[in-house]
Amino acid sequence: MPDVQALVNEFLNKLKKRKIEGSQATAKQTAELLRSVISQQRVPRTNQAGALIDAVRAIGEQLIVANPIELAVGNIVRRVLHIIREEDLSLTTAAVAELNLSTVSDDDDDGGGGDQDDRPVLSAAAVAAAARNTLRPPSLQMLLEGAPDFVAVPRSSSSGGDSEGKSKSMDRNSRTRKLKHDIIEAVNELIQDITTCHELIAEQAVEHIHQNEVILTLGSSKTVLEFLCAAKEKKRSFRVFVAEGAPRYQGHLLAKELVARGLQTTLITDSAVFAMISRVNMVIVGSHAVMANGGVIAPVGMNMVALAAQKHAVPFVVLAGSHKLCPLYPHNPEVLLNELRSPSELLDFGEFSDCLDFGSGDGSPLLHVVNPTFDYVPPKAVSLFITDTGGHNPSYMYRLIADYYSADDLVVQRRHAAGN
Amino acid sequence: MGAQKKGSSRVSEDAEELARNPLQAILLADSFTTKFRPITLERPKVLLPLVNVPMIDYTLAWLESAGVEEVFIFCCAHSRQVMDYLESSGWHKQPNFTVAMIESNNSISAGDALRLIYERNVIHGDFVLVSGDTVSNMSLTHAVKEHKERRKKDNNAVMTMVIKKSKPSPVIHQSRLGTDELFMAIDPDTKQLLCYEERGEHPRGAISLENSLLADNPSISLHNDKQASSFYMLRFSFLYMQIYGISIFNIDCYIDICSQEVLSLFTDNFDYQHLRRHFVKGLLVDDIMGYKIFTHEIHSSYAARIDNYRSYDTISKDIIQRWTYPFVPDVRFSANCTTKLEREGMYKAPEIQQSRSAHIGPFTVIGKGTRIGDDSRITHSVIGEGCTIGSNVSIVGSYIWNNVTIEDGCELRHAIVCDGVIIKAAATLEPGVVLSFKVVIGRGFVVPAYSKVSLFQQPTAQDSDEELEYADSSSGTIDPSIADAGNKLNGDIVSESSQMQDWSTSQLGPGGAGFIWSACDGGCEEEWRHSVAPIPTDQLAKALLAIEEDLEIVKVSDSALTPSGELEPGSDDDDSDNMDDSNVDTVDFEKEAEATFLRAAQDNIAVDDLILEMNSLRLSYNKSAGDCTGALFYPMMKLALESPHNTAVELQKNVASVVSKWHKLFEVLAKEVDDQIELIMKFEEMCLESTKEFAPIFSQILYLLYEREIIGEEAILRWDDERKDADESDRVFVKQSEKFIQWLREADEEED
Repeated sequence: MPDVQALVNEFLNKLKKRKIEGSQATAKQTAELLRSVISQQRVPRTNQAGALIDAVRAIGEQLIVANPIELAVGNIVRRVLHIIREEDLSLTTAAVAELNLSTVSDDDDDGGGGDQDDRPVLSAAAVAAAARNTLRPPSLQMLLEGAPDFVAVPRSSSSGGDSEGKSKSMDRNSRTRKLKHDIIEAVNELIQDITTCHELIAEQAVEHIHQNEVILTLGSSKTVLEFLCAAKEKKRSFRVFVAEGAPRYQGHLLAKELVARGLQTTLITDSAVFAMISRVNMVIVGSHAVMANGGVIAPVGMNMVALAAQKHAVPFVVLAGSHKLCPLYPHNPEVLLNELRSPSELLDFGEFSDCLDFGSGDGSPLLHVVNPTFDYVPPKAVSLFITDTGGHNPSYMYRLIADYYSADDLVVQRRHAAGN
Repeated sequence: MGAQKKGSSRVSEDAEELARNPLQAILLADSFTTKFRPITLERPKVLLPLVNVPMIDYTLAWLESAGVEEVFIFCCAHSRQVMDYLESSGWHKQPNFTVAMIESNNSISAGDALRLIYERNVIHGDFVLVSGDTVSNMSLTHAVKEHKERRKKDNNAVMTMVIKKSKPSPVIHQSRLGTDELFMAIDPDTKQLLCYEERGEHPRGAISLENSLLADNPSISLHNDKQASSFYMLRFSFLYMQIYGISIFNIDCYIDICSQEVLSLFTDNFDYQHLRRHFVKGLLVDDIMGYKIFTHEIHSSYAARIDNYRSYDTISKDIIQRWTYPFVPDVRFSANCTTKLEREGMYKAPEIQQSRSAHIGPFTVIGKGTRIGDDSRITHSVIGEGCTIGSNVSIVGSYIWNNVTIEDGCELRHAIVCDGVIIKAAATLEPGVVLSFKVVIGRGFVVPAYSKVSLFQQPTAQDSDEELEYADSSSGTIDPSIADAGNKLNGDIVSESSQMQDWSTSQLGPGGAGFIWSACDGGCEEEWRHSVAPIPTDQLAKALLAIEEDLEIVKVSDSALTPSGELEPGSDDDDSDNMDDSNVDTVDFEKEAEATFLRAAQDNIAVDDLILEMNSLRLSYNKSAGDCTGALFYPMMKLALESPHNTAVELQKNVASVVSKWHKLFEVLAKEVDDQIELIMKFEEMCLESTKEFAPIFSQILYLLYEREIIGEEAILRWDDERKDADESDRVFVKQSEKFIQWLREADEEED
């Protein structure tokens, strides 16, 4: 346990100091940290899922507070919580199915039961989805009492176990180990997903980029770079306009990379986007996060590009790995959507020191420099999301989110605020 | 994202390099000054909150993020408090970052501290030397790399100073950090520091760069960090900037990257006390050992040191305006609590109780658990944790620390209010007030501007020499009366209550507690420079005026330069000094010359001796012979005037006798035609202004001077030529001596 705490502290430090940049790296490291937390967590005999959820949630709270801007942290914490619930549920279903098997008859054998025994891990999600209907009917009593589901679920299973008597104790011991094992397997899969999300997204490039098209992008994003390069590799010939992305000018770097890979590239200023948009066939941009309503948090200047694209009916395509999908809505006051960085990115302090004089006048300078990092693009301005699971309409985002997250976990942060 | 990848890969590379030789840092948690008195009597400066976070946290967080792995914190004054804080703050628990304490009770300067650290033998390589009041977000890796590369080439490059460019507008500088004016000369090619002068040491701004220095470095650039009172030195920098076409002003960030030798140097030179004043200057002056200091200029990053209240104010505002990102209130870089940034730079911590009618203005930070009453207005201020602010309170540009109670109707403008202070209803703090810990301000009391209030009595005036700065900075040397007071205060309640009774007749209104400290050494006119309050407009106007005057002098002295703006080699000193003479020293010189002459006249000193004396005087003031004759002619004529006379004829006789007595003086001094013309002009001027008695006999005296061979024929003719085009009024004396000139010309022609 102590070494886990050390790991957590180290990661917290990195988050606090904003040392990890890029949501992919953050997501991956969060998942890896939570995996080690789960593997080190000792689980009680009963209600193992609850214990794991509590442990993950406690650490998740700290992580989210450490860097509230990086929504990927919260996303991954919620994904892991969701995985724990699903795995627990699938095991319970399996147990119930087994019960049914032994108590009722062998007629049901050709149903789900036999299958689950063979490879329960792989079909966990499918079984869970099936079990949701059979095992968890929306009970009014549960809603009123507000009892957390994870408590309710094992209780039903244990009652089932009790009815079976002591003969099942051996089986339950193995189940304990199995639950943890299954969860770690699933988290590994999640990490795998995060690592390969660029490739998965890039695979779809040929379907979207056509011969002799002109693509416009703003700033720099690894996903966009991979996407464009994948299309290039498939012998598509197209041109790219890169808006430089002030004030960090990451577009310059992207342009360099693109040229290095043999793509015809044109670098423009951010303010020239509207002038150039009429020649553009498609806008492809990266994002910082995708909110539950399909709105996009993206580097500053993106809304302007989206509006220009809308005006000229140019498709506005956003690339986002599934770890960027945030189950929260942008109007949620708990969500911190923007960060103001140092004004020195905009102007040199030395040159403007005479405008930033506090000693004269009434003690406040007339010049303020504001340097926000992000922009919000409303869902209606987005034509298409391309995630590692395929292309989606903004209005479809809520469905994806329902697949990835459990509704009970949305409040990780709020609980923290209340506890504080 | 690509850029970030690049950045991180670069960082990791550097990290590898650092891993081979872990970077160490020495943090001096004691400023060895008294600028923050009376607050620092009770709490060390490094623990004073800067935007609700102790200063030392900014420094440590920066060192940690800049890749420093081992920090030695040297503490002296209030070392117990510093240690306790570090224990509780969790800096010890950071991975890859060790914090070690070095405690001393008898160190009185940075020099002592470094000597002690040398004895401990803990520094094994290059190290970063900072003080615990530094706020920065610069990356050290580049500077350290530069330093190491230089070291490889030149073993004598022992130190790299970090400097920051700034706008060459002196008023701004003065109002920003309020520190001493600084003069740096840096070689633009090698970045070597050639000259470092602080204003305080040279009351008359007499800085002379050695000729050889300038000759060796034809493209030298001079950097002037202009902060304080006098604008005298500005001229130098302006002049040099014009010469070399470089105009850069710099701020010394007080961040140094040093090699191990620095510590041993301090040990070898046991009289080094001050880092800059003694050490840096010592190295620069000493050319036997040949140690060199280099500079590293930072551009986009931030670095500044809190030296006084004014820089405290400026740096607080820089933090609120996020120049120090990521060390800003809403990023949890230390143990600070979560703070949310709202519109217009308002930072709010959780659990604030704010009345709906209270107005919180822009660029304000409100700490956790603070209560704000109805109709209160707060702008451009920092409020600490757990404060209670009543209704109808107005707070502008102030720094309120933790657990302060401000009752209804108070007005605070540009003040610093420490922990536990109680300000009773309707009291007013005028700009620049500093209230130390637990002071109570009585009902309706108006604390006058720039006053400092403490529960401790002001230490009795000690020698105001420079040693004071070192001697009494640590708590160890506080005089016993203060320590007693402190014990009483921190001790049992009984003694406190007895003290409270004492306060009934306090200086701070009914129910007030505390002593108002009288203005410190600098005197009252210095107070505005270092306080948190903005500089009063009249002072600013004065400062501007002074600058304009200085600029004019520069313009005048510009004419001394060759048209191309280049100085001829070897004439550097002359020119800079001429410019110097032209305002202050000319007057001095003339007075001195007059006195010398009169003394000689009274004591009947031989002419030869007087010539000798005048020559030495001339050289010491670096004057030309022409200046000298001018200066001497006036007292001579005055002498003639003072001896009794009734008619012009008698006066003429007097003059004749005086001139005949001293003519040798002018023969020696006014050899050149130019000097002689100067003499005539001077005489002309005298006749017009100070000694009108000579006006009617101008031509006679001119003839006399000609006869005595003081003024040559050529000089008179040229004077006449010059006056030909002049106004009628200027030609009065030319006309008067027309005949004489005519005669001269005829004689000239005859000779031909």
